[in-house]
Amino acid sequence: MNKFAKIASCVLAGTMVLSTSAFAADTWKVGGIGPTTGGAAVYGQAVANAMQIAADEINEAGGINGYQVEINFQDDEHDAEKAVNAYNTLKDWGMQILEGTVTSTPCIAVAAETLNDNMFQITPSGSAQECAAGANAFRVCFTDPAQGTMSALYIGEHGLAEKVAIIYNSSDVYSTGIYETFVTEAESQGFEVVSVEAFTEDSKTDFSVQLQKAKEAGADLVFLPIYYTEASLILTQAAAMEYAPTFFGVDGMDGILDVEGFDTTLAEGVMLLTPFVASAEDELTQNFVSKFEELYGGIPNQFAADAYDGLYAIKAAAEASDLNPDMSISDICEGLKAGMTSITFDGLTGAGCTWDENGEPTKDPKAMVIENGVYAPME
Amino acid sequence: MKKTISRTARQNAITYGIVLAFFAVMQPLAMTGKLSSSLSGLLIPFCYYVVLAVSLNLTVGILGELSLGHAGFMCVGAFASAFFSKCVQGTITNSLVRFLLALLIGSAFAALFGILIGIPVLRLRGDYLAIVTLAFGEIIKNLVNVLFIGRDSEGIHFSMKDSLSLHLGEGGEVLVNGPQGISGISRDSTFILGTILVLLTLFIVLRLIQSRDGRAIMAIRDNRIAAESIGINITKYKLMAFTVSAALAGAGGVLYAHNLATLTATSKNFGYNMSIMILVYVVMGGIGNIRGSVIAPVVLNLVLDYFLRKFQLMGDSPVLQFLSDNRMLIYAIVLILIMVMTWSPKMVEKRNALFGRRKESKEG
Repeated sequence: MNKFAKIASCVLAGTMVLSTSAFAADTWKVGGIGPTTGGAAVYGQAVANAMQIAADEINEAGGINGYQVEINFQDDEHDAEKAVNAYNTLKDWGMQILEGTVTSTPCIAVAAETLNDNMFQITPSGSAQECAAGANAFRVCFTDPAQGTMSALYIGEHGLAEKVAIIYNSSDVYSTGIYETFVTEAESQGFEVVSVEAFTEDSKTDFSVQLQKAKEAGADLVFLPIYYTEASLILTQAAAMEYAPTFFGVDGMDGILDVEGFDTTLAEGVMLLTPFVASAEDELTQNFVSKFEELYGGIPNQFAADAYDGLYAIKAAAEASDLNPDMSISDICEGLKAGMTSITFDGLTGAGCTWDENGEPTKDPKAMVIENGVYAPME
Repeated sequence: MKKTISRTARQNAITYGIVLAFFAVMQPLAMTGKLSSSLSGLLIPFCYYVVLAVSLNLTVGILGELSLGHAGFMCVGAFASAFFSKCVQGTITNSLVRFLLALLIGSAFAALFGILIGIPVLRLRGDYLAIVTLAFGEIIKNLVNVLFIGRDSEGIHFSMKDSLSLHLGEGGEVLVNGPQGISGISRDSTFILGTILVLLTLFIVLRLIQSRDGRAIMAIRDNRIAAESIGINITKYKLMAFTVSAALAGAGGVLYAHNLATLTATSKNFGYNMSIMILVYVVMGGIGNIRGSVIAPVVLNLVLDYFLRKFQLMGDSPVLQFLSDNRMLIYAIVLILIMVMTWSPKMVEKRNALFGRRKESKEG
């Protein structure tokens, strides 16, 4: 062990020297952080891939203010401690702008670090309130609370139901966040929440109890603020017990049509509120989806779209404030902050998006309904 | 006899010396900003992993019981102390005082749970401790995830359903928010405090091992019946070692909680995986070898979070790219290689032949 320690310390000394070497500031160094291993890897991978697509496109078109963009994506294993390690590594690399992190809890930990360093941060999908708490932090996606409120508003305004049941994941930040604000907003809407049932990460395979309770309470709409994997199980089990209410989901529901072994006819009539739909007809979405499919295979999800928009938003903001990579990290941050609040941005996840000083986006979610195996806009 | 004592003292001095030397090199570098951000960010994690590994070694190596719930005690310490710090953030502004109080509270709570688990289980023979601690770790993690505590002008509110049912008044804040845990914790951990905690842990564990009580504990490990026959109170000594180990794990948790701005209980940081990870540190460093438990966590964390990440930045070579892209895979291979190199009998034989036979020492 001693010998090992000796060798390790020699190598360590070596890399310490390497890490202090200077770098030329003729490119934009944009760092990304997200889980590329472990249970949440699918989200981190999607973001990493989409960032690369966006960077390649931007570089092909001449870069940001004439400077090329370099991407470095680090794994955080969906863990706060690892995310901070990843952030420090990126700082050594010379990162000037951070697009991350992908998931909420690590994002809160990293946001405290970026605030310290005054480094500009835009999270594609960190939806917890605290993720964009600092003045330097922005986000592309909606907050969890916003999604809950908008869903309740939508159901109430369109008179979709009288009795609503909720099934949510109590061990998940995203799901609880949406659930809580949904219930708060529901009080002032014309429907009644008749059943609230939770499940956890350790019991997410059998939903018959939750469904039975919803059925007994006479709910005609079941609100599912959860991810599509569990939602597909709920739909299958509801069909088996001949319970056919309207199912209403949020952006985590996106992807349900691609679940392997899932009978997609069961998803007919499922409604969801989401800012991004891969089957949308517009040129921007078509271009992105086809590129993603060609390079990485599979249909890009919401996270990928958020990440793609995130990098383009950085570009738009940097151009609005006329920044260049020679500036200090803090100056870039100040410039981008000013830029972000002044731009109106058209992206995959909504047209005419603007940001306020708190870093929150303002854009309209699209309500979709699944018809004949594809998403169709709902009006 | 005199010679043995001085030999032990020398061995202890080397162990303390390694920690102090590491501190003496790293601290000035970190203070003057000469250290890369990634390495200086790892200094505090090094400290708590060492504390956790050394304390687990007390249970596994010295007491000879397998504990698979060490992360559970860490979790108790982390949440108890973070909750305390969050509550008094407005009233106690001196971060050192706040941290020391948090440290006491965290360790005390972890020790309490150690006693509660230990009293029924340590009376049994066999692998029961492993089973019960495994369950304990998971229970604690799930319990913390349904805990909602809020505070407003009327006092503290508590719920196990959701944060809405706290019914907080105007200006109330949610302190512990179920699966979202505690956020906005003051980051009071420093490398100096971490190093002091490591030294304190080493002092407690080494003193315990070399005391009369420690010899009784090791006697139980080596032969329970013989120990019982000469009148050693088995339950008492087992409980003593186990509680000290739990309290120190709690102290490690305190350092962990105050190092990041947010604290959540996931299977990644306080679950079964973490317990096994700490056990891996202990086994790598050598069961019963305290110095090994100081070195192994540092080396393994350096490999995983420093070198394998750094490789990507060192050049465009496809080999380096592959190594950093498959960080977790390479890490697993490194673990297996170290295990084979250090513990396979064939390798030990070869190593002894190569470097000349050295006497294996049990106490470190």
